[in-house]
Amino acid sequence: MKRKKHWYDYLWIASALYLILGFFNILFAWLGIICFMVPLLISIFSGTKAYCNQYCGRGQLFELLGRRFKLSKNRDIPHWLRSKWFRYGFLAFFMIMFFNMLFSTWLVFSGARTLREVVTLFWVFKLPWHWANTTKVAPWIAQFAFGFYSIMLTSTLLGLITMVLYKPRSWCVYCPMGTMTQGICKIKYKSESQKQNH
Amino acid sequence: MRLSKRLAVVSKECVACGCCQKECPLGAISIFKGLYAVVDPDKCIGCGKCAKVCPASVISIIERKGQNEKEKALV
Repeated sequence: MKRKKHWYDYLWIASALYLILGFFNILFAWLGIICFMVPLLISIFSGTKAYCNQYCGRGQLFELLGRRFKLSKNRDIPHWLRSKWFRYGFLAFFMIMFFNMLFSTWLVFSGARTLREVVTLFWVFKLPWHWANTTKVAPWIAQFAFGFYSIMLTSTLLGLITMVLYKPRSWCVYCPMGTMTQGICKIKYKSESQKQNH
Repeated sequence: MRLSKRLAVVSKECVACGCCQKECPLGAISIFKGLYAVVDPDKCIGCGKCAKVCPASVISIIERKGQNEKEKALV
């Protein structure tokens, strides 16, 4: 039985386009804020993981590559990768790196540091990215774009690696956004059931 | 209606990603309040499509007979 396709089943195009556009002009990286805000807002206000379940373009992209294009080995994910400590640990690490990126943006904004035109992969490897035309905007706006694009590219690459090694959507298991939205849903559910009990 | 012999069971390590919900041909799986996947035992035929697609590999297909004992063992 074939499931009816909805508009949101094509959001993988947006995810692919995001990475491509960022390659040509780093300032498109700012659009990634949507991928950070929408899942959080959905979980905070409706208490569901509708973003992961339906709208996540990255998940769809991994599914497409891993399943349709048969790039995945379809093996079971190791136990430690799906364990609570790893998922929450990875979320904590991701948050630290995110705030580190915000701090760099602030340093450039305050004038304490100049703009560094590099995309950092896996938080270590610095790729020179000099073709980006960032002269039209303030340096801090460009710095944030470089930082944000680094995060998005790194997480996509991590997701691609686990897509090949394990099941196509292995990224979803340790995705910091997914862990965070599930955590929010848990807190929301607990507080709601406590209210009902009283 | 006669129930099938097998049934999908989700363990507590579910990350609520929704892959199984999307995959289930009978709409027997739903994500309960963003917490975990829930299988409707009346609808599930134990085809195993959800278990195959689950990125966390937390879905098992069990025999309905003696289901309670096995569920305890899984959790």
